[in-house]
Amino acid sequence: MRTALLGFASAMIIASAANAANLSIVSGDTGNGLAVLREKLDIFEKQSGNKVTIVPMPSSTTDQFGQYKLWLAAGNSDIDVYQTDVIWAPQLADQLVDLTEATKDVIGQHFPSIVESQTVNGKLVAMPLFTDAPALYYRKDLLEKYGKTPPKTWAELAATAKEIQDKEREAGSKDIWGFVWQGNAYEGLTCNALEWVKSNGGGQIVEADGEISINNPKAAEALEMAKSWVNTISPPGVLAYQEEEARGVWQTGNAVFMRNWPYAYSLGNGADSAVKGKFDVAPLPAGSAEGAASAATLGGWNLAVSKYSKNQKEAIDLVKFLASKEMQKKQAIEASNLPTIIELYDDADIAKEVPIIPRWKEVFLNAVPRPSAPTKVKYNEVSSNFWTAVHNTLSGNGSAAENLELLEAQLTKLKGSSW
Amino acid sequence: MAIAQSADSDEVGAGSELFRQRIRSAWLFLAPMLIVLAMVAGWPLLRSIYFSFTNASLTNIDAAEWVGFENYFSMTTLKSGRVIYDGLLVDPLWWRSVWNTVRFTIISVTLETIFGMVVALVLNAEFRGRGLVRAAILVPWAIPTIVSAKMWAWMLNDQFGIINDILLNLGLISQKIAWTANPDTAMIAVLIVDIWKTTPFMALLILAGLQMIPGDIYEAAKIDGVHPIKVFLKVTLPLVRPALMVAVIFRMLDALRIFDLIYVLTANNAQTKTMSVFARENLFDFDKFAYGSAASTLLFLILTLITIVYIIVGKVNFEGGR
Repeated sequence: MRTALLGFASAMIIASAANAANLSIVSGDTGNGLAVLREKLDIFEKQSGNKVTIVPMPSSTTDQFGQYKLWLAAGNSDIDVYQTDVIWAPQLADQLVDLTEATKDVIGQHFPSIVESQTVNGKLVAMPLFTDAPALYYRKDLLEKYGKTPPKTWAELAATAKEIQDKEREAGSKDIWGFVWQGNAYEGLTCNALEWVKSNGGGQIVEADGEISINNPKAAEALEMAKSWVNTISPPGVLAYQEEEARGVWQTGNAVFMRNWPYAYSLGNGADSAVKGKFDVAPLPAGSAEGAASAATLGGWNLAVSKYSKNQKEAIDLVKFLASKEMQKKQAIEASNLPTIIELYDDADIAKEVPIIPRWKEVFLNAVPRPSAPTKVKYNEVSSNFWTAVHNTLSGNGSAAENLELLEAQLTKLKGSSW
Repeated sequence: MAIAQSADSDEVGAGSELFRQRIRSAWLFLAPMLIVLAMVAGWPLLRSIYFSFTNASLTNIDAAEWVGFENYFSMTTLKSGRVIYDGLLVDPLWWRSVWNTVRFTIISVTLETIFGMVVALVLNAEFRGRGLVRAAILVPWAIPTIVSAKMWAWMLNDQFGIINDILLNLGLISQKIAWTANPDTAMIAVLIVDIWKTTPFMALLILAGLQMIPGDIYEAAKIDGVHPIKVFLKVTLPLVRPALMVAVIFRMLDALRIFDLIYVLTANNAQTKTMSVFARENLFDFDKFAYGSAASTLLFLILTLITIVYIIVGKVNFEGGR
């Protein structure tokens, strides 16, 4: 019996070695994300004997989604593993493998709220890879120089930014700006604007119960406030910036404040960075209306296995490997991505290398989700309508109140009898 | 002698066996192309048109049901008696995209024709190194659109872009301009890049037309002492017109379905969204495959309509030099 078992086991090993699979993972990451992914994949290749190819994509989540949707609709089997945005689960659920069974041994380590966000009708669509909540990056050296503290409200931020920007320009730094963020017409603007609106007590566009709440004076006030930044403390080009453009201005030392995701932390402390050691992070400021409180849009990326993959078993192994504690730790240290495994927030190495991470646990736990759950498959259109209204407001195409009124009408029509 | 005879019978023998044979072999030679065309162009076109009359979504294309004209236009009467109109034909976003496209087409094609004409006239003159200049001028056109769009996106960048740097140093602007972000300049930025990119194409087609004009006409005009401007208006322009008209229609069809340049430079900006960008967005991003198909179908219809009108009004000659 024993020899039979041994024989069976060795046969299995030989079989798995002989059937080494060629896997493809598709990822559009920011900063050094792809390089870190490659390092992790090299380890996986050694351990499993399988080969993994990265198919790189643009970093805009809006651009990625269209391509993935097209591939999946065509039943494309070239891609085995997709790196998916936290908002996509309801829209892609039908075309991804259910990971519930395969991950039941490890899923308990992850934040329940994230696991829940990736569960559609009882099916675990994607495995959490890292989570995200934006930070306010500020120049420690400049704030100290002018005797300022990190701002608690947007008004404070605008005043501090303006003062430092003007004085620095007089002192010779002609290219410096007060505050850079993501104002391009894409998903990132939805995240930025949701923070302004929510932090000013203006709700979250569509509430959890499906009610369209965006057309309110507090939301309009928040958008008008952001509009007043453009061309005063923010460069006019901010309306075409995504994450990497904002980071470009920041990392060359040309901004006092930046709103960006944690990934920019390690990069900002990299050897080639002009702001190395000169900056720190704080939670985003709050609005000034009644009930205002700091808000951070919940982001994050997950790993999903395509239903059309020809190597589903190996692909699931890869997903579990990349989402494992060791790999999340590596990713936290090298790319400053927030882990989804609760324990890692108390990890001493991470705390030492990337102090933002333990501090970010609270911010992340209070992060505000985009309305992808209540609006289901219509989320992309909701988001597009929202960012268009915001972009129009920021670029002076109608007032915030007018644009939000129109937006409410569009969303009501889109909703129909129910989401 | 035998050769001359067969040439003669070609000229006169419209009803002869030889003529029918030639028609048959012509079709035989055309057949592979027609089959390929039907497969890669005809079939997708027909399917798009079909989907525009269904409620297809990308996740479930096979389960598409016929809904008639609902994607284009529908009317619902509510219980209260209020009538609600729906569909592409009453969608303000669609009409905005149509307007953006038409505006882009008119401005870009007009300017490209003028610049192309100027370049062609220069290249038509005899000078040393003309071959090299002709090759060099084609470079912008040879670069793939996606590459030149990204290249220009960096050059137009408000903080690091070379365009702003040059203009600042020349003292033409006092502050860096956010070319692709500002609603007033986004369309201008797209136009600049498009004109840079496709003027060589226009120049090439017009140049081909210019070279067909026999040189002795100009010699005669020179001997008669006609003013060069008058020569251009009365001789060059009428004679180059057939080539010019064909060049314009090629550019116009291209401009009307422009996608990549705008998508890279200004992405989802409402000010520059064209019909193709609108269709793609609905097809893939919004999971409204049927609605996007309807937009593609309308785009096709608009293209056809404009082409037909242009051919009739412009009396374009596609038959060759007869």
